Amino acid sequence: MSQFQPFRLLLAASLLAFTAILGSLLSGSVDLSFSDLMSYVLGDLPDLQRQVFEDIRLPRTLAAFVTGAALALAGVLMQVLLRNPLADPYILGLSGGAAVGALASIMLGLGGWWLSSTAFVGALISVGVVFGIASRAGSWSTTHLLLTGVVVSAGWGALINLMLSTSASASVQGMLFWLMGDLSQSSVGPAQIGVLVVGAALAMRAARSLNVLVRGDLVAASLGVDIKRLRLSLFFGASLLTVIAVTTAGSVGFVGLVVPHMLRLIGARDHRVLIPFSLLTGGTFLVVADTLARTLLAPQQLPVGVITALIGVPSFIAILRSTPSK
Amino acid sequence: MTPLLTANSLSLRAGSRTLCCDLSFSINTGERWGLLGKNGAGKTSLLHTLAGLRTPAAGDVLLGDQNLSTLSSAHIALHIGLLLQESVDALPSTVIETALLGRHPHARGRLFDNSEDLGLAYESLRQLGIESLASRAVTSLSGGERQRLALAMLLAQQPRLLLLDEPSNHLDLGFQTQLITLLLSQVGGKSEATTELSAPNHHTPKEAAVIMATHDINLAARVCDNIVLMVSDVETLVGSAEEILTEETLGRAYDCPIARVEHKGRTLFYPV
Repeated sequence: MSQFQPFRLLLAASLLAFTAILGSLLSGSVDLSFSDLMSYVLGDLPDLQRQVFEDIRLPRTLAAFVTGAALALAGVLMQVLLRNPLADPYILGLSGGAAVGALASIMLGLGGWWLSSTAFVGALISVGVVFGIASRAGSWSTTHLLLTGVVVSAGWGALINLMLSTSASASVQGMLFWLMGDLSQSSVGPAQIGVLVVGAALAMRAARSLNVLVRGDLVAASLGVDIKRLRLSLFFGASLLTVIAVTTAGSVGFVGLVVPHMLRLIGARDHRVLIPFSLLTGGTFLVVADTLARTLLAPQQLPVGVITALIGVPSFIAILRSTPSK
Repeated sequence: MTPLLTANSLSLRAGSRTLCCDLSFSINTGERWGLLGKNGAGKTSLLHTLAGLRTPAAGDVLLGDQNLSTLSSAHIALHIGLLLQESVDALPSTVIETALLGRHPHARGRLFDNSEDLGLAYESLRQLGIESLASRAVTSLSGGERQRLALAMLLAQQPRLLLLDEPSNHLDLGFQTQLITLLLSQVGGKSEATTELSAPNHHTPKEAAVIMATHDINLAARVCDNIVLMVSDVETLVGSAEEILTEETLGRAYDCPIARVEHKGRTLFYPV
């Protein structure tokens, strides 16, 4: 592989993101062409098409991008925190807590605002439980934290199965869609975008320290990193990013685990490059997956989580095979 | 002159076990200290305490005239560097990226590395003879190459006090000799071996000191002018190398008879 050129790659990723967003805005059951988009910008698009654009396409595309970017960044941060390449945003059980909250709402026939609020509360409970157990033990060792997360996830998993097996069959499909990740009801507001922007800025500021922290707590501490503070910030930062993602789109799998690894494989090992690159690529990946999810079998919509895995697995394998091990 | 580092009545404990008590010594620039003792005697714990990574059970450590516990880890890292026994490489990285990490204490405020950081990192790789491996993945290195990389990272950090935990681990005899030359050039002390490495640009003899924990008594005898010998939990001997490195003290420290020979101007120890 030739010399890794971060700026060129970031430029390419930005262009790709732009193309994906444009593609998402222009595809769907109502035909919207590029010239319609231009007339929208100029303010002379007919009402019907304007509504489709403003109320459906734009919010959904934005939700997809923000969710994907948040998941990819959360994945990067979790992998550093746990110093484990298998870590993903959900590894500490957060999505399980959110799922139990969301499923409870669906069971009670509540939707919309209730769904995301109960998911939010469930996720927070999960973060609190993991944090409480890990701090009580006094050691924030990666193994301890990882084991705590895995056990808490297993507990949530049991509750999810209990709810699935006792619910009326009519509501089970909604539950499965949520569990696989689905953007059909999604929108994001200033709160979610704010969390993403602030999270990304703080992560960039800590990027240099993250490079050191992946080499171990002792190395980091001896090079002057305040590891206790950094690891706490990573824990809460990654959790908050994951919370905004799961409350927006359910537990979309694969993005948070695989996007950071794909980028590391093509050379973005330095977190100063990996963080912006993950944000762009994660966002793009989910926008593309969602566009496919709603157009492949139109008018039927597929859960976006299925698509992320279906296109993610082969592309990951392709990159893995094409990268020579040095 | 204020010593570089002072240990004041240090007591260390690991769990309920006492490692040492009431240990005092001070290290001046230009000095080379050896830290000896059998497995589990507490050499690593003592090094970590001197680096500020561990809080002593009693007593304190002074950097210059400031108590280490009152200083931020960022400040300490500008002055004290630590070579660890273990390295972690869970996520991929290259040799030059790793050497550049040594610049972290000096580069905190900058997002990108400047030409000085890069220059020092490459220079350190060159001094350790691994410049040609710069773009290799760390996971593809041998044990000895990794150890040299860890040393390069430490040189790039440019600390005034180098704390080394088993610096000769994984190194072949030839490179152990080069290591000695390198350490001597770091502290700018009297040159015993002739310079086998090319004349360093950045690392001209400067005001530094070395403490190394090692199992190799002969390495310590050759390089160090002062010795801390952790004999037992209640007995830690501190003094000049001639004073401490005797058949009697070493025999007690390692629970095994040790003999001493003089050969071609060098002192060698071996288990009987």
